[in-house]
Amino acid sequence: MVSYSRVLRTVLREEAFYFFTSIGNYTGQSAASLEEFLQKIKDVDIKSLEFHLFREDFEKWIALTLGDNILAEEIKILRAQKVVGNALRDRLYFIVSRRLKDLKSVSAPK
Amino acid sequence: MATKSKSTLGLGGMRLKGQEATLDDLDWQILRLLQENAKQTYTEIGNKLNVAHSTVYDRIQKMEEYGFIKKYEAIVDSEKMRISQITAQMTIRTDPKETESIAKKLTKFSQVLEVSTSFSEELVIIAKVVAQDQAELHSFIAKSIAPLPGVLRIRTAIVTKKYKEERFSLASRENYSKKKE
Repeated sequence: MVSYSRVLRTVLREEAFYFFTSIGNYTGQSAASLEEFLQKIKDVDIKSLEFHLFREDFEKWIALTLGDNILAEEIKILRAQKVVGNALRDRLYFIVSRRLKDLKSVSAPK
Repeated sequence: MATKSKSTLGLGGMRLKGQEATLDDLDWQILRLLQENAKQTYTEIGNKLNVAHSTVYDRIQKMEEYGFIKKYEAIVDSEKMRISQITAQMTIRTDPKETESIAKKLTKFSQVLEVSTSFSEELVIIAKVVAQDQAELHSFIAKSIAPLPGVLRIRTAIVTKKYKEERFSLASRENYSKKKE
């Protein structure tokens, strides 16, 4: 059971996602919410997206910190398909934006 | 080679220039020998420099007292001890307002061996870090360093082979002498 408010919240600085391009090389970009994460997917160096996808960092952060196992599973599939380059950026952006839209529509007051 | 120096002002060979203590030739030679092997006895050092062991004792005491000698340490060969450890050099670009605060925070981590600031094109912090492996190194940087307020970017180079490691250079002595003149 996904807690929508938990997934959509802004996390503490220590729990944010920090984008690296390789071991120890921090780009200066970070995301403290799913919304911010989506924006950063557009801007961050492709190498960073590939680095984190390969290391399973996106799945772990989305599942363990934000608590969204459904989105984590979708990203896991992307990793299994070994998508790289701009195709990775586009597909990751599509998956996350679709999920964000769904979550916002469910959590919005009726 | 041994040089006997004049003892002045009751400071062994050290002299007070204003409020600042300075070293003479004998002090430098003792330091060089201690750098090679800090476990040598006063007598061994005295024999090599052709001075009494009591002189060596006195000089070392004074150099410790005045902070010229900060500490004695064992240099461990981690390979021989079969300790799996990697070393990396981090260059951290920071918000200038936060540089000092970040540098101080870095000194608190046991994984960080050295911290200094440097200015070339921009002000950066340079830090030497150790970790068990690359995964641990990355985790430490991602969880403990990147989130520090004011950290703008980090570049990390993992040391693959070390060709020389000295803590102190005798070249410093020439600069020291020039400065005194």
